[in-house]
Amino acid sequence: MIEAPEKEPRDVQSPGGVAVEGVARSFRTRRGVVQALDGMTLRAAPREVVAVVGPSGCGKTTLLELICGLQPPEAGTISAPGAALMPQRDLLLPWASALDNASLALRARGVSRDEARRQAAPWLERFGLGGFERARPAELSGGMRQRVSFLRTLLAGKPVLALDEPFASLDAITRHEMQGWLAHVLASEPRTVVLVTHDVEEAVVLADRVVVMSPRPGRSVAELEVRLPRPRHATDLAVVELREQAFRALGVER
Amino acid sequence: MTQVHRGWRAALVLVILFGIWELYVDLGGADPLILPPPHQVASALYTDRSLLWSNFLVTAEEVLLGIAVAAAVAFLCAIALHLSGRTLRPAVYPLLIASQTIPIPMIAPLLVLWLGFGILPKLVVIALVSFFSIVVTTLAGLAAVEPELIKLMRTFDASRLSIFRHVELPSALPGLFTGAKIAVVVAVIGAVFAEWAGSSSGLGYLFNQSLPQLLTARAYAAVVILSAFAIALFGLLSLAERLALPWAYQQRGDLLS
Repeated sequence: MIEAPEKEPRDVQSPGGVAVEGVARSFRTRRGVVQALDGMTLRAAPREVVAVVGPSGCGKTTLLELICGLQPPEAGTISAPGAALMPQRDLLLPWASALDNASLALRARGVSRDEARRQAAPWLERFGLGGFERARPAELSGGMRQRVSFLRTLLAGKPVLALDEPFASLDAITRHEMQGWLAHVLASEPRTVVLVTHDVEEAVVLADRVVVMSPRPGRSVAELEVRLPRPRHATDLAVVELREQAFRALGVER
Repeated sequence: MTQVHRGWRAALVLVILFGIWELYVDLGGADPLILPPPHQVASALYTDRSLLWSNFLVTAEEVLLGIAVAAAVAFLCAIALHLSGRTLRPAVYPLLIASQTIPIPMIAPLLVLWLGFGILPKLVVIALVSFFSIVVTTLAGLAAVEPELIKLMRTFDASRLSIFRHVELPSALPGLFTGAKIAVVVAVIGAVFAEWAGSSSGLGYLFNQSLPQLLTARAYAAVVILSAFAIALFGLLSLAERLALPWAYQQRGDLLS
């Protein structure tokens, strides 16, 4: 089931899909030029959840910034219909309530405060944040903050969600809860998702497909289809099998 | 509870210091005409209260107006410097630093020559001494915004103005308060220099009038009032900050409060 980036016709042309083809990108640091990505290829069909796993510093965040259009590729092509970012740290505004943080994307587009709050309020209820509308981030737990952060990205209304290690900063128990929560949310609110993570298990539990990246300069070295029914559990035999395959693709001896 | 506790300790230290001062003069360490003991200063505060009060009002008006002008101009200046990015900042920043190197006792009489004996030269002097700290702290607040947060806003299709309004401006407010707190303390000193350069009222003027007449207790009373005024302004700003920006207070703790 480990395949090279495949050529089979996948519905990437219709709106909502993401196609990254042979992309290269470097960035300048004080110690010289670092090649973050070289020959990176990734495709996500509309409403498909694609997880990208790779070792630390393999250019995963750069990949998301390219998909979001925050920087252009130096080589290769990217076609994405518009993606909203969910950063690794929640980066909620400390002065704003949960409701105002969640509706930030609406405010950014020029929606009035009252209208933005009116639109966001039912979502907080849906996301299990009812009663915390007026709480500031400092008063929320790590998991709740991450939920507000995800909601903020979702309410940007973009067809693609670019999630940058969304649960990496959480403790193990909360992370596990949040993974289940995200799977549940995406089942009812399907979006094209590019989920960057270094947690192989998280990738297999959440994604339809897992793209494995090489160490820097990052490129796709393997792709795993996860054709498993949901909800999935980390202890499912098929999940464990795929996880081990992904580890092998990463070159990790177990 | 701890707040009250700390206040008591500060008061205790003050009482001890005043006690040493009183004893030193009472035991003949200094001529009371040159160094009046605290009880004489206290009695001057009482007997000259209407004179001190009317002159205090003059100085207070200068300081409050001067700080308000400085804060408004400094805040706008910091925003302009921040938004202009690399174009304006290298050109203007050296000038801002230069404004702090001007010896106030020298420039104050020159400003009086130019602007007259009214309140205007006082406002300029006070604004000059308080401007810099407010610009620097506000700029620091604006620059401290996470670059990732700006990127996030850009993926939300936020315009430059929208990013400024929703993210950068609120981040700058704690810096504005910090700068203003530093500024009020020196603003009072600026007011005194401005009054010395040319005025017919104010506590700085009263001080200058009292000294040649050997009314040293009254002169000390003026010093006490000015000092208490600066402390009160600092405290009021801390309180206002806590009420207006509770989130910043929680984050930073009470380093500067």
